[in-house]
Amino acid sequence: MRIGVFICHCGSNIAGTVDCAKVAAIARTYPDVVYADDPMYTCAEPGQAAIEAAIHEHKLDGVVVASCSPRMHEPTFRRTVERAGLNRYMLEMANIREHVSWIGKDMEANTNKAAELVQLAVEKLRNNKPLMAKSFDVNKRVLVIGGGVAGIQAALDCADGGVPVVLVEREATIGGKMAKLDKTFPTVDCSACILGPKMVDVAQHSNITLYAYSEVEDISGYVGNFTVKIRKRSTYVDWSLCTGCGACTEKCPAKKTPDAFNELTGTTTAITIAFPQAIPKKAVINPQFCRQLLKGKCGVCAKVCPTGAIKYDMEDEIITEEVGSIVAATGYDLMDWTVYKEYGGGTYPDVITSLQYERLLSASGPTGGHVKRPSDGREPKNIVFVQCVGSRDKSVGRPYCSGFCCMYTAKQAILTKDHIPDSKSFVFYMDIRAPGKMYDEFTRRAMEEYGTEYIRGRVSQIYPDANGQMTVMGVDTLLGQPVEIKADLVVLAVGVEASKGSPQLAEKLRISYDSYGFFMESHVKLKPVETNTAGVYLAGVCQGVKDIPASVAQGSAAAAKVLALFSKDKLESDPQIAQVDIRRCVNCGKCIRCCPFGAIKEVEIRGEGKAQVIETVCQGCGLCTSTCPQGAIQLSHATDNQILAEVNALCQC
Amino acid sequence: MNFAYYPGCSARGSSKDYEMSTQAVCKALDMRLVDIPDWNCCGSTPAHAVDTELSAALCVRNLDIAAQQKAEVLLTPCPSCLSNLRMAAKRMENPAFRSRVDELLDGPSAKEFPPVTSVMQGIAAQMDMGAITARVRQSLKGLKLVAYYGCLMSRPAEVMNFGDPENPTLMEEMMSACGAEMLDFPLKTACCGASFGIPERPMTAKNSGRILELATRLGADAIVVACPLCQMNLDLRQDQASAAMDTKFRMPVLYFTQMMGIAFDLPEKELGLNKLCVSADGLIRKLGELRREEAAKPAEQKAKAAEGGR
Repeated sequence: MRIGVFICHCGSNIAGTVDCAKVAAIARTYPDVVYADDPMYTCAEPGQAAIEAAIHEHKLDGVVVASCSPRMHEPTFRRTVERAGLNRYMLEMANIREHVSWIGKDMEANTNKAAELVQLAVEKLRNNKPLMAKSFDVNKRVLVIGGGVAGIQAALDCADGGVPVVLVEREATIGGKMAKLDKTFPTVDCSACILGPKMVDVAQHSNITLYAYSEVEDISGYVGNFTVKIRKRSTYVDWSLCTGCGACTEKCPAKKTPDAFNELTGTTTAITIAFPQAIPKKAVINPQFCRQLLKGKCGVCAKVCPTGAIKYDMEDEIITEEVGSIVAATGYDLMDWTVYKEYGGGTYPDVITSLQYERLLSASGPTGGHVKRPSDGREPKNIVFVQCVGSRDKSVGRPYCSGFCCMYTAKQAILTKDHIPDSKSFVFYMDIRAPGKMYDEFTRRAMEEYGTEYIRGRVSQIYPDANGQMTVMGVDTLLGQPVEIKADLVVLAVGVEASKGSPQLAEKLRISYDSYGFFMESHVKLKPVETNTAGVYLAGVCQGVKDIPASVAQGSAAAAKVLALFSKDKLESDPQIAQVDIRRCVNCGKCIRCCPFGAIKEVEIRGEGKAQVIETVCQGCGLCTSTCPQGAIQLSHATDNQILAEVNALCQC
Repeated sequence: MNFAYYPGCSARGSSKDYEMSTQAVCKALDMRLVDIPDWNCCGSTPAHAVDTELSAALCVRNLDIAAQQKAEVLLTPCPSCLSNLRMAAKRMENPAFRSRVDELLDGPSAKEFPPVTSVMQGIAAQMDMGAITARVRQSLKGLKLVAYYGCLMSRPAEVMNFGDPENPTLMEEMMSACGAEMLDFPLKTACCGASFGIPERPMTAKNSGRILELATRLGADAIVVACPLCQMNLDLRQDQASAAMDTKFRMPVLYFTQMMGIAFDLPEKELGLNKLCVSADGLIRKLGELRREEAAKPAEQKAKAAEGGR
């Protein structure tokens, strides 16, 4: 075998603490190494060209690149050797940046370690065999999970691109959090007016199948061929008959049902249509409050329904859909702010969340757009906004910034002045974070044109006083003085957290999530839409906090990824998968039980039971290879012999 | 059962009534508090505000005595003493700090100190609320009380370990066990002004005034406290607070041990009620009337009321 070795300087990233020329010189002494060099930037165009030239000139049949983590550039160098006519699996990488130069300062020790890692890679490469990818068909349909603005955008862009879309929404209507907002910053245009048409497009698009009031139950398969089980929760209303006329909601006697769409600021009926522009505009019965379902006595909605759509005996339904790609757009929820006992922990009716305040401002809200205090229905005159409640606060396990609260607080202060001209708004803030287009100008408008008083500091306590007002005690850190404000209404800018059930969904999707439940992108900067699971993409706040424009942009980006994936008729499978040596297999079944992907099945070969790997399902995790007592299953490109060759090399160093 | 006890300086002076009632209540609950020998002041606010090491040395000397006594736990009634003792023990985990403190103490101190806890938590650890209720001879039923913890008892949370630092509830549980109706008190962990009663009298008067005002407005019959300095600011300085708030408060401020003593029907002179500046006589009278009324009711009705009370 003829091996070429390239020791990358990575500018000064590696060369700063590793003697790259010396490592190259040592590498020349390793068996089968016929060429070694130490280029400045191996990944740059000249660097790659040098590898190609070396392959031709020295008739190399294997290449080792010692540089950064293979996570980023293994695909790059695989393409490089392929261009020069080698099999792409005749490449090995040694990570001498993250594993060497970035973590140690001792030049001599680093150089030795780098040389050892290169030797490992050389020994591995000597045992490599060319591997060939197989190709398989792509099912050109996409599943979008979550019908908020990000999911809507992704669904519409995919559908416009000719791809059939299955859109699954947990709530009874699409629209997500944006549908609950009154106005949007920085233009103060009506949220329902700009989102509404998009929602209607979803309903009318021939390429979109919408499952509302449904949840993803199970996902199996792989890129190009996912099988998804969707649980259509029982609405107790046959939506094929329901016309959304609303007769049932007018007559329903259970009028004290908490109104989830209005963030519990008001009550609704047990059978309800979330809001006038709901998509689909269909009624849903809340079984926890329906008198017929609870006590078996009522049946009013069934009597008044002109189409006979009410079905009290309806049950959940499981639907199976086959798709080739998935976009997760599950959005966010507000954190449980009642942990803040100093703010009353949810016991004071006039201390509300910002999302509740949106409902009070909204014309379709419980007060018809007139701002009224929950406690006594009076119009508040002094309103205190408290920012960062559950954001940037380590003490409640929420150290991150929720990103858009500074902006919507400014918006709410402006809207408050518009609604109640003789009102006075105060905003307690930590820092004003307004880095978007027209954003800082907007917060300045709240201060300068609308006379909102911004107080830099935290609120230490909120409690009710004798006159039905709330006393807000805090500190003005610019003046260095405690402040006390009497408020009629306190609005808490409650921090954002990943949507409830995110970790569970991530596990179904086999994607990673961070300690707060946000889904992990494939690369923080360069792959913000992809996940580490091929064919699964992210859009909106499920990946990290972002506002409406950014969510829409990411929805479109995810759609672009799906369309790019579907531009090919066939995909190549990864040949780095497990393979069974049937001469050694004793059919003990241990591999079948340990495989997390269900990728191994039992087959009969010449009258004997044997394990067989389903190539398209295997993810190459290697669990089976370490479980097999016979060594009968080997993971291609990480065989026992290859690993032992590395260990041997290391032990002889 | 015997418990190693660190009374702190206030117990021998300004909060004698706290000390008396603590001793009386613990005795009634079969907990004997034994002073550790030759204890000294923990240094209180002045010491730790000026010199961390010297302040720690004062505390460590007491912890060392308790360790020599092989005490399993050291009880103290005062939150300030508790805070200082615990902070000192925590700082001694740092070897460099320990060696400097040992130098000040002319010798190495014990390797491990017994844990220090408040009398309140000590009682709660010793007996459940049912056991306290069982000891009640004169129920506080009909009295509306607010529990005021002050800023120290629950903070810093990781040192004081007293439940939710913004909403501790142990005192409410104990008083409820004695039959009292506990009102939700949003200012329960607000600051009374503490030792700033001397250098910043108007500020202390305002802070204490705010607490007294809210308790008054909520219709509390008394404020129940567990800190000698809080008690002093709310009780001794109540006239100053009244002046600051432009009103006239008449709010008795009792230690939780005094309240428990009343519920246990211990002799008033053992509880030091006569040491209070704002008299608790009205409170005692009200309680007496409530109990007499209850006794006067026909037996049948009483049984019904007791049932409802559960």
